[in-house]
Amino acid sequence: MKYAVINKKDLNKWIEHLNKKTKLYAPKKKENLFVFKPIKDVKEVCLNYIPTILPPKKYYFPQNEKLLKFNIDPFKAEQAIKEFEDFILFAVHTCDIAGIQCMDVVFREDPVDSNYLNRKNKMTIIGMECSEYCDKYANCTSMGNHVPKGGYDLMMSDIGEKLIIHINSEKGEKLVQRLPYIKEADAQDVALLEQLRERKKTLFKEEFAGSLTQVYEAFNEHFDSDVWKDVGRRCVACGNCTAVCPTCYCFDVVDELELSLNEGVRNRIWNSCQMDDFAKVSGGEDFRKGRDARQRHRYYRKFKYPVDKFSRYFCTGCGRCTRTCMSEISLIETVNSLISEERKGELK
Amino acid sequence: MIDREMPYKPIKAKILEVTKLTESEKFFRIELDGKVNLDHNPGQFVMVSIFGYPEAPISICSSPTDKGYFDLTVRNVGVFTNKLHQLKKGAVIGIRGPFGKGFPIDNMFGHDVVIVAGGLGIVPLRSLIRYITHNRNDFGNVQILLGCKTSKDLLFKEETKEWMKRSEIKFNCTVDKSDSEWEGNVGLITTLIPDVDINTARTYAVVVGPPIMYKFVIMKLLEKGIPENRIVVSLERRMRCGLGKCGHCQIEGKYVCQSGPVFNYSELKDFKGECNEKAS
Repeated sequence: MKYAVINKKDLNKWIEHLNKKTKLYAPKKKENLFVFKPIKDVKEVCLNYIPTILPPKKYYFPQNEKLLKFNIDPFKAEQAIKEFEDFILFAVHTCDIAGIQCMDVVFREDPVDSNYLNRKNKMTIIGMECSEYCDKYANCTSMGNHVPKGGYDLMMSDIGEKLIIHINSEKGEKLVQRLPYIKEADAQDVALLEQLRERKKTLFKEEFAGSLTQVYEAFNEHFDSDVWKDVGRRCVACGNCTAVCPTCYCFDVVDELELSLNEGVRNRIWNSCQMDDFAKVSGGEDFRKGRDARQRHRYYRKFKYPVDKFSRYFCTGCGRCTRTCMSEISLIETVNSLISEERKGELK
Repeated sequence: MIDREMPYKPIKAKILEVTKLTESEKFFRIELDGKVNLDHNPGQFVMVSIFGYPEAPISICSSPTDKGYFDLTVRNVGVFTNKLHQLKKGAVIGIRGPFGKGFPIDNMFGHDVVIVAGGLGIVPLRSLIRYITHNRNDFGNVQILLGCKTSKDLLFKEETKEWMKRSEIKFNCTVDKSDSEWEGNVGLITTLIPDVDINTARTYAVVVGPPIMYKFVIMKLLEKGIPENRIVVSLERRMRCGLGKCGHCQIEGKYVCQSGPVFNYSELKDFKGECNEKAS
């Protein structure tokens, strides 16, 4: 374990230094919420923030991503972007880092998606550990994402006057080296970090009414539960929940023609399984009809299918889907209702 | 043939031949740039590109034993297929693939094969039927049951006449609704199954058709005693990537474009949702 420390009053100096060398995206305020944005003035950077409106996925999995540049006549198709830019994601919460780890697993699976990896390989992640809950919507503790568990180059934790920085990669180490205001942590700093983690044990409580194994079992048992009908009745199919989710990656591929009508680009754009045509084929058959089936699908893609496939839950606990839902569908409530469902067999 | 650096890059291909099969279906013979063989398995599909239009997954209806070209048969139902239907001989399109798992040919060697095709289901099955006819002595008895709405909807008319004449293949066809031009069987495809002579110990049934057909056909085949893992189906889904990523074709935890489109019934029956093909 290697730790460095920086005095909070020197932090802006460090961000400025990083921002000069590499493109840096950090959380800043937008009205009463927060967003990841390129930073012009270091004073904008907000370390104490609740999860941003969109997760940082927009930088490694953009809403509109050029996949190909094409020519109709003569037929030609080539890579749209040849050079990818280095960038730093600054002050990323541990929940969002868990989201990046989920996306890695998906896009690294054979056949690999080079478009994602090209961007991901240029990314440096500097995390920011939460000392307190962001708000009542988060379920990071149940997901085990309230504490750092890898997936970053550097991780900052608040130990009072200073931030202690866990160095987790060579790339990260280079960013804290040879700077007069960043020093190696001493025993007292590390002791303070341990105190923070101890305090978090009492502060952060599992939000679900059961363990993750029980959650998984509930999903196994209650595919036909009325919980889904209830969620489906309330859902307005706006797709906000999937847009803000750090592990939702469903997409569509669409072409955009230039005015010449001969050249164009093929784009990958975000899509949502909540849209009513998402699983419909041209012949008219719809394989996921109804908002209940589509909401259920979204939940199963967090708590069941990826667990079977990748041994990993695809809910990070960030709480965004609940925070953004117009009809106040709460992920914690939905999961808890499912856990408390009587088994169908017992009812009969 | 997926370019690992650029998995979304289609390769250039030329339309060698366009034939109108019915009012809504056209047959396309395609040649890849440099006359490269597609090298597919029967039952696989390709993503077809016409730049400016949404890419679409289309079943390959020729056999890998048909060298130098491959065939597609497409119904005109959407934006992309409408555009494809307008293309003429010599037109250039883009191809990615082949994708997915085809029919389990290797496991089918030495078995009897019952092929049940409903409507457009004959399209992917034509790849299998041609493969079998080109490797006929690898298989036992081969029976083909074909059903369509009316005689006007019958695809591959010349070829089916050919199949009817062949002595080593038993071919039977039915239409849902008769007309003056039709002299054969009338009734749903399921009416043909009771008369099929099946040795359940050595038979593979391969079924492709519209979702509603599966329920009833599979039920009849199970009644006949064919084991679940030897009833094979192919599923149609919306697809955007073919790489198991975009999410559209997902059935529970499976991506049809990668794990399918061919499944056997023991896999199919365990799907709880999103599977209109399952006998409920």
